[in-house]
Amino acid sequence: MSPLLQTIIITVVVLLVLMTIAANLIWVERRMLALWQDRLGPNRVGPLGLVQVVADMVKIFFKEDWIPKFADRPVFFIAPTIVIITVLMSFAVIPFAPGISVVNLNVGLLFFLAMSSLGVYSVVLGGWSSNNKYSLLGSLRAAAQMISYEVFMGLSLMGVVILAGSFNLNDIVEAQGRITWFFIPQILGFFVFFLAGIAETHRLPFDLPEAESELISGFHSEYSGMKFGMFFVGEYLGITLISSMIVTLFFGGWLGPSFLPPVVWFLLKMAVFILIFVLLRAALPRPRYDQLMSYGWKFLLPLSLLNLVVTGLVVLLLK
Amino acid sequence: MSFEFILFIFFSLIAAVSAVIMITRPNPVMSAIFLIINFFSIAGLYLILHAQFISIVQIIVYAGAIMVLFLFVLMLLNAKSEKDILSGKNKIKIFAVVIAGLVFAQIAYLIFFSSPGKALSPDVAASIKAGTVEQIGKELYTNYLLPFEAAGFLLLASTIGALVLAKKHFD
Repeated sequence: MSPLLQTIIITVVVLLVLMTIAANLIWVERRMLALWQDRLGPNRVGPLGLVQVVADMVKIFFKEDWIPKFADRPVFFIAPTIVIITVLMSFAVIPFAPGISVVNLNVGLLFFLAMSSLGVYSVVLGGWSSNNKYSLLGSLRAAAQMISYEVFMGLSLMGVVILAGSFNLNDIVEAQGRITWFFIPQILGFFVFFLAGIAETHRLPFDLPEAESELISGFHSEYSGMKFGMFFVGEYLGITLISSMIVTLFFGGWLGPSFLPPVVWFLLKMAVFILIFVLLRAALPRPRYDQLMSYGWKFLLPLSLLNLVVTGLVVLLLK
Repeated sequence: MSFEFILFIFFSLIAAVSAVIMITRPNPVMSAIFLIINFFSIAGLYLILHAQFISIVQIIVYAGAIMVLFLFVLMLLNAKSEKDILSGKNKIKIFAVVIAGLVFAQIAYLIFFSSPGKALSPDVAASIKAGTVEQIGKELYTNYLLPFEAAGFLLLASTIGALVLAKKHFD
């Protein structure tokens, strides 16, 4: 099989699997939240309500795609696509199994950070182009929140890079096979990355850019139909992305006992973290905005710097 | 015509066109969006030169961080159109023309009177390797240690300066 054909097949399969996961996550999240909140959740359409997603999709596609007259049309149109594009681009560097990744980039980790830092434009431009006070407030919050948490996100991963000696995600997973899964030596880094990941995908409890109770859904107040659907799917793709990055960087990626194939191990570990994200949403209340910012800059930043210095020192001493 | 050449034309066209659109838009937010597109095409040009690290850092730092802050400030200021800002400020206009002329002369001098190929290694494999993270790190911490530390010190000083300016009184 020629390398080009192989790349195309991997790309198409990854894309299909991701879209299926993102769509079904909507059902998973609603059922799980219902379970934890002692409700039933969607259970009417199909067995266990599984076909609910199809019904939702049909509904969202046939909804009137309304653009407010006071909105900035081109920007309003582009904003929701940005989040989908940047998240899907990030998946290109993730190794799902040995040899199964869209590209094997030697700056893969930096590529992921670059793409996640671009995702903020979706929220910022979406809120600005809506020309609505609440949306603008939401996008201002998003800009400040995401640019702050990006700093700790990048810093918390540098410990992993020091241990593996590479920015290549394949090398990082293989290094975990040699040393140990990095969540043991990098427990602080894992902690910071996990919190920064929630803030980057602006999920509850850190969903201040959309905070329904104060900002009536913030940056996507004016969006309807499939444009809103893209923000929605983008959020679920974001959770999937952060979960697979956690698995790749801290929990040994595809590594695991050999009675299951590597891809299955990867997907299983990913599913665990996706469920933890959903559970967090059910369990925690939303903090105030100043609490979020001071928690980041006064607690997570020193923590990630400390982690970086200690990791560097230990690696240097052991050499 | 090689594939690289086609890519080069593609990215340079986007860079040039987006730069022109950027300075002609009356709306500052649209200008910022076109500046982001410009940064992207330049990152693409770095990639063609096999400078992967610089290309990604260009996106992380300029497109991902600095421009987000720019947009943040633009949205907070709710800037009026350029005509209102610049009317009746002739000194600023003259200053801008002089600065632009100086920068233009400098770039023209560099393009026409210096040999840009001098710094390149004749060995292609060696110059491709120069773009990797390891090589750049090694150079920064050996040959260019002093300027690197000086730049770090400058950034620290400006961070503290910004803090002092923003927080008018300390208790």
